[in-house]
Amino acid sequence: MRCLKACPTEAIRITDGTAYIQEHRCIDCGKCHEVCPAEAVYVNQDDFGMVHTFPHSVALIPAVFLGQFPEDIRVSRIYDALMELGFRHVFEVESGANIFAEAKEKYAREHDDIRPMISSFCPAIVRLIQIKYPSLVENIFPIKAPLDLSALYCIQELQNRGIPREEIGLFYVTPCAAKIAAVKAPIGEKRSIIDGVINMDSLFNLTYRKIKEQGKKYIPHQSRTINLSSDAILSTLTNGERRICLAKKSYAIDGIQNVMDFLDKLENDEVEDVEFLELRACDQSCAGALLSYENRFLCGARMYARARKAAERERNGEVPRDRDMDKMKDFLLDNSTVEPPQPRSMFVLDKDRSKAFEKMERINRLKERLPQIDCGLCGAPTCESFAGDVVINRIGLSRCIFYQRHLERKDDITRQECIAAMNAVWGKDDRMKEE
Amino acid sequence: MHQEYTVIEGDFVNAGKASSSVKKTLKQLNVDPAKVKRVVVALYEAEVNAIAHAYGGKVLVDIDSDKIKMVVADKGPGIPDIALAMQEGYSTARPEVRDMGFGAGMGLPNMQKNVDKLNVTSEVGVGTTVEMEVNF
Repeated sequence: MRCLKACPTEAIRITDGTAYIQEHRCIDCGKCHEVCPAEAVYVNQDDFGMVHTFPHSVALIPAVFLGQFPEDIRVSRIYDALMELGFRHVFEVESGANIFAEAKEKYAREHDDIRPMISSFCPAIVRLIQIKYPSLVENIFPIKAPLDLSALYCIQELQNRGIPREEIGLFYVTPCAAKIAAVKAPIGEKRSIIDGVINMDSLFNLTYRKIKEQGKKYIPHQSRTINLSSDAILSTLTNGERRICLAKKSYAIDGIQNVMDFLDKLENDEVEDVEFLELRACDQSCAGALLSYENRFLCGARMYARARKAAERERNGEVPRDRDMDKMKDFLLDNSTVEPPQPRSMFVLDKDRSKAFEKMERINRLKERLPQIDCGLCGAPTCESFAGDVVINRIGLSRCIFYQRHLERKDDITRQECIAAMNAVWGKDDRMKEE
Repeated sequence: MHQEYTVIEGDFVNAGKASSSVKKTLKQLNVDPAKVKRVVVALYEAEVNAIAHAYGGKVLVDIDSDKIKMVVADKGPGIPDIALAMQEGYSTARPEVRDMGFGAGMGLPNMQKNVDKLNVTSEVGVGTTVEMEVNF
């Protein structure tokens, strides 16, 4: 019931006591997961055992993963624990942040007729625009997210070291559901080069347990940690991309509702001269991601602390390790574009406009007979969406409890039929059995 | 399909209510996004005009499967010289309206640019009626 209301694209319906997600409308933002009291929504992941099936398994970790751990645990210790869990290499996703920024800038320069440009960083946002704001689809950078650039780099780098591709298993540690979908069903790419996805919360459990088990007996390995630049570390947080983009007029907006409010205005041409938009589905961006165990502000604070240390090293003349990627810059830039995302307008009633028109008139007529209080008891999030379901999916109008009363008064429905209609939505409720 | 909205004088907060609702409808009807945008931009301009210059009015929208007709009729001071008002940059907006970022003198020209048919009729001291049509 809570998920019904929380879903920004009205993708959830309740039938037979179960909430179903209409996949074609789902943007994988994870809002339903966040509010579910029954933990009925879960995020699929690959079997961790897969990690052991590759001689060279790689953990591609996001910077927010490191933000999950208490500050007294050093980055190198986390890397070591990951090695002990079976990974042979650890790479950080944000290594690709600088190349990503450069690719975006290059594209923006070459396409100065398209403004504003919208970042392709957050896959939930890309999907949201495809579904709800089709007129803005061409404003999205057709550029691979840092994750894909880093993955590309990893494979190339390991192959350069003489490791054959089939021995490399690339595992992405994901902070959210949207990124899983981006790997499993990438937008604008035929197939992802990533071999498996591991949820960040479950890897945090494994890693933290490993660190606790070792306790004081821990002997540091010689793991090479990646000293990311401060820009790269902060790139996944809100304002992270904006602060390193060259656009004069830009906005960084986080939280799906905030993003929708802004896009509504933008679509109406109410916001002028915007050059660049960094839009993120989660409050506090990836620090507030679904599979982030730590409080979003604490996680963010740790990332800022790490970035400050990195900035200090940079001031002292040290070259950040993510600059290693620069040696492949041309190759990565050449491979940074994807097919532009296409509109997937899911709110269209019918492709044939006259049929759509007919359906809309029926929906409007029906709507007038509904109470317009969006109670959700019919299993649809709003009276309007219910009217749509009645017209399009031929759901019985008697699922509306108010309409039921109306029918009862006219003796058009029996009590048994009323109960059956409610059971069809909420399932049989055994608690209501006569005592 | 007929829709009606009321516009209240000086109520900038609610500017765009009619255009947003029309936008949603047109999206559902599978109208080309570029055309939806034209409709929304033109109607929004007309709404703002009625709010900024007049004492409120009504927005009447009629949609059928191949076009949209929009009428924004206000009670207000009227436009003495419509041809002049159609020129870009010509504005009679009060300074306080300009301070809010409106009244740049682009309203009517912007409507003209975005619709297929525009008809402005006005009587000084009575009000102005803007009729617009966009074919899908």
